[in-house]
Amino acid sequence: MKIYVPLDSAAKALGADELAQAVADEANSRGLKIELIRNGSRGMVWLEPLVEVDRGTGRQAYGAVQLCDVPALLDGTLSSLGAVEDIPFFAKQTRITFARCGVIDPLNLEDYKAQGGLLGLNRALSMVEQDIIDEVTKSGLRGRGGAGFPTGIKWNTVLGAKADQKYIVCNADEGDSGTFADRMLIEGDPFCLIEGMIIAGLGVGATQGYIYLRSEYPDAMSVMNKAIKQALDVGLLGANVLGSGRIFYLEVRVGAGAYVCGEETSLLNSLEGKRGVVRAKPPLPALEGLFGKPTVVNNVLSLATVPVIFEKGAAFYKDFGIGRSRGTTALQIAGNVAHGGLFEVPFGIPLGELITDICGGTASGKPVKAVQVGGPLGAYMPPEKFDTLIGYEEFDAAGGLIGHAGVVVFDDTTDMLSMARFAMEFCAIESCGKCTPCRIGAVRGVETIDRIAAGDATAKELLTDLCDTMRDGSLCALGGFTPYPVMSALTQFPDDFVSKVEAST
Amino acid sequence: MRPPHDQPTDAAILDIIAQTQSREGPLLPMLHDLQGTFGYVPQAAVPLLAQTLNISAAEVHGVLSFYHDFKGAPAGRHVIKICRAEACQAVGANDLAEATLAKLGLQWHGTTANGSVTIEPVYCLGLCACGPAAMVDGKVIGRVDTGRMAQILEEVDV
Repeated sequence: MKIYVPLDSAAKALGADELAQAVADEANSRGLKIELIRNGSRGMVWLEPLVEVDRGTGRQAYGAVQLCDVPALLDGTLSSLGAVEDIPFFAKQTRITFARCGVIDPLNLEDYKAQGGLLGLNRALSMVEQDIIDEVTKSGLRGRGGAGFPTGIKWNTVLGAKADQKYIVCNADEGDSGTFADRMLIEGDPFCLIEGMIIAGLGVGATQGYIYLRSEYPDAMSVMNKAIKQALDVGLLGANVLGSGRIFYLEVRVGAGAYVCGEETSLLNSLEGKRGVVRAKPPLPALEGLFGKPTVVNNVLSLATVPVIFEKGAAFYKDFGIGRSRGTTALQIAGNVAHGGLFEVPFGIPLGELITDICGGTASGKPVKAVQVGGPLGAYMPPEKFDTLIGYEEFDAAGGLIGHAGVVVFDDTTDMLSMARFAMEFCAIESCGKCTPCRIGAVRGVETIDRIAAGDATAKELLTDLCDTMRDGSLCALGGFTPYPVMSALTQFPDDFVSKVEAST
Repeated sequence: MRPPHDQPTDAAILDIIAQTQSREGPLLPMLHDLQGTFGYVPQAAVPLLAQTLNISAAEVHGVLSFYHDFKGAPAGRHVIKICRAEACQAVGANDLAEATLAKLGLQWHGTTANGSVTIEPVYCLGLCACGPAAMVDGKVIGRVDTGRMAQILEEVDV
């Protein structure tokens, strides 16, 4: 009998470690032989810890298993959800990037290979550099970190740059509230990221990779380091990748609690051991990146999607999606939501269908007031905008951005003025300080919103003007996009910006 | 009163610095290792890092003070981080934080008088679908309400 208890952080946060121990102890006391597997998460966070039991007839899922359920779980009398693949939230997905996540033991390379792992790398090893780049370009893959820049074009620039050393840097500084896909992928399928980074290295001629991982993710760090050690031991990484004679080394570097280091140039400074201040562009990191050398900086999900593009071909991937948003997106639905978790689906699903039909609305049962899409720098969308399709251009047209595809749901008890104030406060705390609109604008933003709250209606115009300055004058997205949540709150929810003082007169 | 802490010796600091000296861009790994060993980055390490890396003490100070993670003095015996980010706010993180700080009579980053607990804000632990989230000495905890927090505080012996 195989029993799967996730090692994912969200499952651990809901008791998975204690549960795994209890399962092992109970089986031991019964003299029952079980194989306990710590898999990644299937992404249905409201059902965590989601335990699966395979008694030889396929995996059966059990949701939100508590310590007191363990005897019944082993007896086979606990009520089952059936197969994970039949749970509607899961059945409606198209798992491509996350195909293996939650299915395999993340640190078992044989499991990885049995589920299609390394097929993409083996194909890439037989291709010349330009063909590798062309395959990525043809797939239509765009940066999943938020900017949506075409991955193939970025790689092509690095390939074209002449240098004695090039780097592949994976941005795993997933600081946006409401996002956890990078963490889930690293904890659930770390070899997939390694494989994607090696292919990137083969494509552009880089021999060294770094994964810049945030310090708030200690569990992901532990899984990733173990996977890299194994990959080195078996010759997947190192001086002779899978016996090909090609070189690729990989190292995890840990951030130190600065949100702005998710911005690629600030991340590069941090990797070099400097303050994580933003660099002006140009020069592009693709030409002068880490230590001044040509560098690919890609998000975890962009790199983890590369192996399947090589395994199944660019056309397979490109066939999913809408418009210029090709392939799938790993939506992360969080906050006040009944069924929160990770939902991978082709671009093009309407926002409202996701929130209402798939995720069941709010957890509190109250009406949805707003959803913030794209992290702390994303716009607040009211239910009137629920017909917006999930896609880069589609969200841009609706005055928002999809960013790293985090979707945070708020119920009608939320005060949007407070949320706007928090956006400015967060920007002030996390500003790197290099450019004035962000460093000073954020502080003045908090003060201006406080004036509105105190009844000074004229401050609204000032806030609008300030947001224009921050948007147009900031060096990076932190100062440049903080106006999105602030202005969307102000324009979409004007009632919350009528202060109690003003309302009573 | 916080118990006084022993200042580490230069030799102990140099031992740690030497371990990552051959890596590219080693300052952050060095600072992490120092904090991992001593619980904070001792002031005495600043000139030693500067000398080792052939940069100015001002540059080392600049890096040290830029990042929220690095501390100049030891924290309490237990560190509780409470997420303040939007997804956790949507499910009551503000009330949880306020109640916890009020109960302990602390501000953010404060440490209880007996040195047992430091409370810090954190902006996202990636537990956004099971908030409010907290981290206690590196261990993640989801769906933390005031009752669960009371239990946590009891466990860390406030």
